Formats: sequence, structure tokens, C-alpha cells
Amino acid sequence: MAGLEDLYREIILDHYRAPRNRGELDVPPAHRVEGFNPLCGDEVVLYLDVENGVVSDLKIAGQGCSISQASTSMMSAAVRGKPVTEARTITRAFKALMSIHESKIGGEEVGATADDLAGVRLGDLEALQGVVKFPVRIKCATLAWNTLVQGLDEIAATP
Amino acid sequence: MGLDVPRIRADFPLLGQEHNGHRLVYLDSASSAQKPRSVMRAMDEFMETSYANVHRGVYAIAEAATARFEAARAAVAEFIGARESAELVFTRNATEAINLVAYSWGRANLERGDVVVLSEMEHHANVVPWHMLASERGIELRWIPIDAEYRLDLTNLEELLRDAKLLAVTAMSNVLGTITDIPVLVRAARRAGAHILVDASQAAPHTTVDVQAWDADFVVLTAHKMLGPSGIGALWARRDLLEAMPPFLGGGEMIRDVRKDGFTTNDLPWKFEAGTPAITEAIGWHAAIDYLNDLGMDAIHDHEVTLTRYALDALRAEFGDRLTIYGPSTTEMRGGVISFLFPTIHAHDVSQVLDEEAVCVRAGHHCAKPLMRVLKIPATSRASLYLYNDTDDVDALIVALTHVEKFFSLDPT
Repeated sequence: MAGLEDLYREIILDHYRAPRNRGELDVPPAHRVEGFNPLCGDEVVLYLDVENGVVSDLKIAGQGCSISQASTSMMSAAVRGKPVTEARTITRAFKALMSIHESKIGGEEVGATADDLAGVRLGDLEALQGVVKFPVRIKCATLAWNTLVQGLDEIAATP
Repeated sequence: MGLDVPRIRADFPLLGQEHNGHRLVYLDSASSAQKPRSVMRAMDEFMETSYANVHRGVYAIAEAATARFEAARAAVAEFIGARESAELVFTRNATEAINLVAYSWGRANLERGDVVVLSEMEHHANVVPWHMLASERGIELRWIPIDAEYRLDLTNLEELLRDAKLLAVTAMSNVLGTITDIPVLVRAARRAGAHILVDASQAAPHTTVDVQAWDADFVVLTAHKMLGPSGIGALWARRDLLEAMPPFLGGGEMIRDVRKDGFTTNDLPWKFEAGTPAITEAIGWHAAIDYLNDLGMDAIHDHEVTLTRYALDALRAEFGDRLTIYGPSTTEMRGGVISFLFPTIHAHDVSQVLDEEAVCVRAGHHCAKPLMRVLKIPATSRASLYLYNDTDDVDALIVALTHVEKFFSLDPT
């Protein structure tokens, strides 16, 4: 089962079996945001605490497959304690890893070029690269990240 | 006489494939069935010799195409025991057929406060059209619950049906495999003065459907689950109901006359068939019905009951309490749809590992999220059996599932 080992790397199974940052935060001050994958019914709930432009705390609830749960756990480890701008850059770099290159056509300015992303170190997250070979699972891997962006956007839009 | 499965499999070219060195094991027929060569040949032959639009041209091939198309309608009508072809309306699929009833009959007959009764195990196709009508018209939806054996709990049926205008239920659950007792439900609906719609999408490929014996008002089905092509389904309804119903989609074919100030509708069933229909697909559906009739629906049903019993026994013997099966524990009033879940392994991960061994099962909510909420689970894996499956397929599933369990073991050793 060589193909499977590409998808289910040991670090992914580790995050799946022992997810980081599980729990809830009080709302408010934290911001709660939900993401759904309508295809498989997976859901991720993020509790985000953003203070002075920094993701000071982040907790995760919800349920899903190993890929979505591991990606959520790894996302939380990657952005917790980081400035919001850096969290967004890591998100873009991760989505580029998933072969999702955000288009400027009709959308907002991306704000980061390929050169900017080249400097981003994804570390453990690179273990998820194998997902690209399984196109239907890319949505599982990106669910947490899209939810994170949605949450950060909502916080930014709050006066 | 049982089915000669090796001979049947030879009729299905796709089933001869191998993936990763494994024989393809197709266990997703509840989603869509594979097609026998006779269906593909019928569609090809029709397009090569007789293709033209129907009910329009007066030239020879147009006449032939119309005759073949209407012969297909007659075959589907006869297959489900309809009195006459005029009661059989071709649609795009069963979903469109239910939407037709909700849009046309529903808007003409349901008003604020009226009640439509569904069951907790309906497919979204038999839920969302009623939700749409509920938000537009303010009708009330009530739900027949399921019991611990995953069957409809009819204890409070009379209460649920009080003042109901329609009971809309599936003849067989696409998640649980549960076969519902339609005659009992029809009698209860009649006593309450409610109409009854039966979703036969899952039942029609596997058991004899007899709309007259059921005494239902509306029955919907779809070709692609019963060896036919995708893109065509049907609504059967009693003539008096269809005649009283306003048209659904407007356009060509469904009219008798069109003037600047209005239109009159065509006769049944064309009144409900606006635009050019799925002509070649109807020919394919006819060939699929011929294939099923040649084998015999009773023989198909018996084969599936035997195979389902084998699969349920094998799953229990191998995995015991480590695997939960969501569906009736016996084959009594149960079809070959087997939903299951390892409590600590997500259905998507199960499917992914099975795919490595060329075992095709469905993972997800199976378009039945209300049921998933009742069961308090996000998803299941679902293996569904059909006339071309045999015990080798079930054995391959079991072996692959042992690999799943090993791969995702919380105690990696």
C-alpha cells in the first residue's frame, strides 16, 4: 500500500490520534467560527483569540476524517502565537502546497507573491503534501485553513 | 434457481477491470449501478439507426424514434405495474420527479398549516423539496421516527398522520437497507385522508414494484440505479391526479396550443414533459428493464437476500462489537445496503484504504443528513450489493477492512 503511506504519513496519524489544542475558549472575548465540508459532513469549529494583531490563543472542536483532523491540529500548532499577517501567509503557503493558487482575477489582491511564499517554512505541514495525489481529499486538508481565514476576516471586520 | 453471477459479470465490461493488481469489487450500486453491455449496445444501435427527435418529424426515422421512445415508456410502466403508459411521466431523475409533485401538486393543494409527513430515513431528494414548500407555504413537516432496529416506528403513526395531506416515504432506505411496509403505510394514509408518495429509487432495482398493489398516489424511480443510464427517471401517478395537476415546466412538447394570450396543455403524460426528453436514455432504460426481467426480479431479490445474510454474518464474525452496523440485524424486510462504522475510524479513511484494494464503497452522509443527526454520527461507510456481486466481493471487503483496522489502530504495533 505504497500510495497510502504517501497520504497517511506518520506525523499525520500522530496528530490524528493526539490532536493538539482541542477544546473551547470563552466567547467573547474569543471568536467562534465554523467550517463545513458538505460532501462528507466534516465540521471544524475554531475559537480564536486575537490580541494586538497576534493569534494569542486558538482551540479546536468538531469532527472529521484523519486528514481534516490532522490538518486542523497542525494548523493550530503552526499559527498559535503568531501575528495575524504571518498566519495568513502560512495559510497561503499551505494552500500553494495543496496546489491551490489563488487567482487575482475578479478576486481581491493576493498580497503575497510566489517569492514571498518561498521563504515560508511549513515544517511538519509538508507531510500533508501527499494529499495532492488524492484530489477528493484536498478539501479535507484545507477545511481548517479556510475556516481560519474566515474567522480572521470576521475579526478584522468587527469594529 | 440462483443467479449465475460469473455469467452476469461477463455482461458488465467495467467489472472486468483490475486496480493495483486487485479485481475490481464494486459495492456502490446503491449510489449508481454498473451497466450491462446490452444497455450500451441498445443506445448505440438506436443512435446509429433511428435517432431523431420524438413527437415532431413525419419522416421515417422520426416515426421510429417516437415509437421506440414510447415503447420504453410502456416497458417502464409495465415494470412497475402501472395501468397505462399515460400515467408514466419521464423526468430527469427521481429527484426531479419529487420536485414535480411538490411544485405542481403541492402548490395546488397545500396551504398554510397543512401537514406533510416524512420519515427520518428519507434521502434529501424527499426532504428538501418539502422544506422549500414549507418555507414558501408555511406547511408543517412531521417525521416518522426510526426504532432501535432501524425500522420505522409506527407506534404513533395515526397521531402523526392526523390532518396530514401527504405522506412521502421511501420504499427502501439508501443508508440502512430497511424496506418499509408500503401497504401498511398506504392504508394508514388513506384512513387519515392523506395522499401518499413512495420513493422507489432504491427498491425498484431490487424488488418487484407494483404501484397498483401498493395503491399509492405517486411513485418515483430512477434509471441509473437499475442498470440504466443516468439522466432519466420517472414519476408514476394516478391519472385523475395528473389530470388535475397544473403543469410543471413550460415549453415545447407539453402544450396543445400556444397563442399570444396563453396556452393549453398537452395530453398525459406529455403535459409534464417540456422540451426534448432524454430519448437515447429512454432506449437504454428499456434495455435495462429487459435485462432485469430476463433474470427475474424474484431471483434477483433472493440472490441479494442470501448475499446480504452472508455479509452481515461475516462482518459480525470478523469484527464483532468493534464495528457498528447501522441497519436491521436480519434480512427480514431488508435490502443489500450495509452501512457500518468503526467508532474510531472515519468513513472517509475507511474508503481510502479500501480503494487501495479496488473495493469501491461509498463514504459520507449518503444524502440523508437528518438520519445522520438521528444516529448522532457524521458519516458511515456503505457497501451495497447487487445482482453482479458474490461472496468473493464480500470476502474482499472483509479482508480490506481488516487492513483498515490495522492501519488506523490507535495502538500502532
